[in-house]
Amino acid sequence: MEKSLNWREFVITRLVKASGYSAILFVALIFFFLVREGLPTFWKADITSLLSTRWYPIEEYYGILPLITGSLIVTLGATLVAVPLGIGTAVYISEIAPRWMREILKPLVELLGGLPSVVLGFLGILLLSPFLRVFLDLPTGLTALTGSLLLGGIAVPTVVSVAEDALDAVPRAYREGAWALGATRWQTIWRVTFPAARSGVLTAIMLGIGRAIGETMTVMMVTGNAPVLALKLGSLFSPVRTMTATIAAEMGEVASGSTHYHVLFFIGMVLFLISMGVNIAASSVVFRAKKRAERILS
Amino acid sequence: MDKIIIENLSLQYADGIESLRGISLNIREKAVTVLFGPAGGGKSTLLRCLNRLNDLTEVKASSGKILIDGKNILDPDVDVIALRRKIGMVFARPVVLPLSIRGNLTYGLELAGEKRRSKLEEAVERSLKLAALWEEVNDRLDDPAIALSGGQQQRLCLARSLALQPEIILLDEPTSGLDPISTGKVEAALQELKKEYTIILVPHSVQQAARTADYAAFFLQGELIEYGEGQSLFTAPRQKRTEEYVTGRFG
Repeated sequence: MEKSLNWREFVITRLVKASGYSAILFVALIFFFLVREGLPTFWKADITSLLSTRWYPIEEYYGILPLITGSLIVTLGATLVAVPLGIGTAVYISEIAPRWMREILKPLVELLGGLPSVVLGFLGILLLSPFLRVFLDLPTGLTALTGSLLLGGIAVPTVVSVAEDALDAVPRAYREGAWALGATRWQTIWRVTFPAARSGVLTAIMLGIGRAIGETMTVMMVTGNAPVLALKLGSLFSPVRTMTATIAAEMGEVASGSTHYHVLFFIGMVLFLISMGVNIAASSVVFRAKKRAERILS
Repeated sequence: MDKIIIENLSLQYADGIESLRGISLNIREKAVTVLFGPAGGGKSTLLRCLNRLNDLTEVKASSGKILIDGKNILDPDVDVIALRRKIGMVFARPVVLPLSIRGNLTYGLELAGEKRRSKLEEAVERSLKLAALWEEVNDRLDDPAIALSGGQQQRLCLARSLALQPEIILLDEPTSGLDPISTGKVEAALQELKKEYTIILVPHSVQQAARTADYAAFFLQGELIEYGEGQSLFTAPRQKRTEEYVTGRFG
């Protein structure tokens, strides 16, 4: 009896441990594969060609700068949409809404987060892009702006649910302390609750950015996919092509082992590094905040 | 003189847990009035009615009046923000804000729109001295407040409400998490403060109630059982239930 119990304990512990380690293993394998397929770019394709501004793989032009700037401008636009909207919603849900409203809104926002991105892309093509074309008098409605607005919509639920959790975790006593001092509701939110939840809110923003930069389907459908260098603010109103959309659109038709194939993996590597950078930035913010709290409390 | 007159106050929370039933009570100016009794008796609820902190909780029904200086503060037209500046409150767990010691003290004044540095500095020193904390922290006012010990934090919270120059101070089990020495300091500070302020204290033990009370009110399950001068209430209670509680027969 005693012995079989010990044995079961042993197996279960090992299984749990193994599933934990497997996550690390998978990330390592993915990274290894990306690097193995991506690195040959450096000797197969010209570096000058890579850094040029022309993406036309059929004629061996592999300039990835337009793709990087395309991704960045769409993500930047999406951040500008998602951060104010997301944080505003989170503050409303956690601080202002009456209970019945909160119980409707929270699941609704989470539902929005589960919406397949292809559905949003569909709405973008049918509704948003014609509207923008007419409203802003553009030659086409398939622009970086269209992508930004939709990606913003995709990132909002992420920002809302993480930021709302952070605000919710601020002890009620903080708020009551401020109220008892004669703070108004807004003063309490802005000067007590918000600073106390700061690291969680920053994490929410970072995760939102991460969500936006990796999104593929929607941007492929609505940004027009023209690999043009987007450096000016005006580029927001013209078509762009993102890194994710390029990989998704071209990977199916490329000859395995060709230069084009390796360059696509190289783009994947760049994307991987960017989103890793965002994640590291996010976690270092949280880590710093935690360390400060520990130092103060000890 | 009576500072606060509570007339037939009843209150029920939305979840029906704790409530007040027909409380009538006159609270004296410049004295320590102690509200005591077992948990769930409505003491905290009553405190929270006095500065309308219950506005932010879901209350099912309330009736009755609370007159402060003759004015009914439960009137919907009352400026709640101004009311809370007039009535300071200290909670059971010290709620220091994530700011420096100085920042905690000037916070309420800054919210009220006070910008003059000299006024703020003056308030910092005055309130810290009143809360018997000045000696311990005057050389490190810019350190984070959370680095203070529990007892110091609680006196900082007291000082923070004093900085607003309130007329009434509410304390909800302010020493429940403190060691005897810190508790002693807080109690001594209260004895000094009652010369200037009207103090209403929910103590965390009967002993503390007996030590600090000028006037005492015994609450049991939402009802006010007995009210009188501290001396007589703790030595010769008129009600049987008060006697049983004070002598430790239940609770």
